[in-house]
Amino acid sequence: MSSVASQQPINTTNITQTENTFGKQAGTFFKYAFLITLTILWLVPILAAGVTAFRTMADINANGFWSVPAEISFDNFTRAWDQAKVSQYLGNSFLITLPSLFFMLLLSSLASFALARYRFKLNLPLYFMFVAGTMLPFQILLLPVFRLANTLGLYDTHWALIIIHTAFQMGFCTFVLRNFMKGVPSEIFEAAKVDGASEFRQYWQMMLPLSLPAMAALATLEFTWVFNDYLWALVLIRSTSLKPVTAGLSTLQGQYVTDWPLITAGAILATLPTILVFVFLQRYFIQGLTLGSNK
Amino acid sequence: MTSLAQYNSKNKNSTKRSINWTPYLFLAIPLVIYFMWIIAPTFYTFFLSFTNWDGIETPQVYGIDIENRSLFYNYERLLRPNEDFQLFSEDEPELFKFDRDFETAIGNNVRWLIIFITVPTTAGLGLAMIFNADMKGGRWFKISFYAPLVLSFPVIGLIWAWVYNPNPNLGLINSLLFSMGMPEDNLPGWLSDADMAIYAIIFAAVWRQVGYVMILYLAGLKNIDPTLVDAAQVDGANRWQLFRNVIFPLLAPVTTIIVVISIIDSLRSFDLVQVMTRGNNGTEVLANYMYMEAFNNYKMGFGASIAVFLFLISLVFIGFYLFRTYKEEVEY
Repeated sequence: MSSVASQQPINTTNITQTENTFGKQAGTFFKYAFLITLTILWLVPILAAGVTAFRTMADINANGFWSVPAEISFDNFTRAWDQAKVSQYLGNSFLITLPSLFFMLLLSSLASFALARYRFKLNLPLYFMFVAGTMLPFQILLLPVFRLANTLGLYDTHWALIIIHTAFQMGFCTFVLRNFMKGVPSEIFEAAKVDGASEFRQYWQMMLPLSLPAMAALATLEFTWVFNDYLWALVLIRSTSLKPVTAGLSTLQGQYVTDWPLITAGAILATLPTILVFVFLQRYFIQGLTLGSNK
Repeated sequence: MTSLAQYNSKNKNSTKRSINWTPYLFLAIPLVIYFMWIIAPTFYTFFLSFTNWDGIETPQVYGIDIENRSLFYNYERLLRPNEDFQLFSEDEPELFKFDRDFETAIGNNVRWLIIFITVPTTAGLGLAMIFNADMKGGRWFKISFYAPLVLSFPVIGLIWAWVYNPNPNLGLINSLLFSMGMPEDNLPGWLSDADMAIYAIIFAAVWRQVGYVMILYLAGLKNIDPTLVDAAQVDGANRWQLFRNVIFPLLAPVTTIIVVISIIDSLRSFDLVQVMTRGNNGTEVLANYMYMEAFNNYKMGFGASIAVFLFLISLVFIGFYLFRTYKEEVEY
């Protein structure tokens, strides 16, 4: 982590500096033309969806997908929000995601502190258990978790999703946080111990504040992961009124099969929270993604 | 080695040599939850795969509770070719409309895996090499390429379902092809064409993955010591030589991780298939096959055997990754 920020990026394009200016300018021009074309092509599916959300189905049916919109309307968004219940689905997503984030960060920071600070027999085996757990295919867990949730009376409640997200993501969070905490010099804890700080205070008042950068990156990344989960919502939630927005969107798609503008508007509303997180916390998001791979 | 010193001082303080329970106190709650919801379920699926569980009744174990079957009944159903199944299925023929979904699923997972470890990796590395240098607007290009990462799979499925809509007026690609003069009968069927559907879905998945790989490679490039690159330049290496002999080898650890992630992701592929075709039109993959058998057809015991199969494949790669991490840990 720390080494990422400190070094200068190597320059991979400025290598042939001896070329003449004209060739260089033409090269730059073609490079940009190529990149801009590629980027636009890359984004066409998203842009097309964005435009569709402001149109009416009658207009699309009459004039085709690539036609200039006959009129722009926000009607689809209001209908998706109220009638198609996107507001309710979004609310559910937050009710599931925020507690999951809180619990997974709390529990994995406790586990990471133990794994990073203490030397004990089961240290490495437990660490490897968490690492292995992050790579499990979800299918190996579906049926027992479904059964356990039923047995405990948690099936078709938000708690079922909160618990399984907390438990499953604990593996990845512990993996990342443990490696981050290993980088914190142990001398400061020795000093605190001499001053009489209990082990728990060392965790709560020293390690946690010091781990905030890693926790922020994790929280941002995990927010998108949990918010975008679809499989667990399918398996553990039955009632439409409890569905998070990913599963809700499929329901909505079934209800309004032919009304593309409404479905797209719903999809855009459903994506807004993750887009906002991405726009405002982009730095943390990228850090989170690279934390796991670049320890 | 401070932790060793700390370990010794701990033992000096205590009158008898005892286990230090402090780490276990910190680990207690996380471990209870992890065992209950992740570790135990993993093993429990193995048990379920030997049963006839339907989601409602108590699971009965083949070969023990159900005597005229072998313990591996679900696996026999999974792995045996169609024709042999007449032997097993005389008394319950409706169970065995065995349509080779399993073979289709394996084939598609292999296609997914091969494409995933080659295409996004190459494209992501290429983009990372371009955007690693300071350039005007570089930030916006990067954002454009990793934007699909924040979209949920249902949304990606939804967007691409229109891209692939076969209607000559409504489908994003087909309406373009049609307006350019391609006759209606020649327009590709995309998701409704069984030869094409799986590739169409994989392409949508690749579209999302490229940005992810790019981010990982960009981070890897930042970690490369610039003096090594300078040295190569001083020695007169051209751009390709520089990439081939210096940068790419230095990126090897990142590449390994990306390949592992790609393999794990391709074995997990479920959402897009579920949203775009539900596994129809020859697009079945193992993860979706398991889900459909277990939660759509309520053959949960049978579904468990598919899950175990998927798990065992993953285990090969999980094992490889753990071994690699273990070597790093020991080197400390």
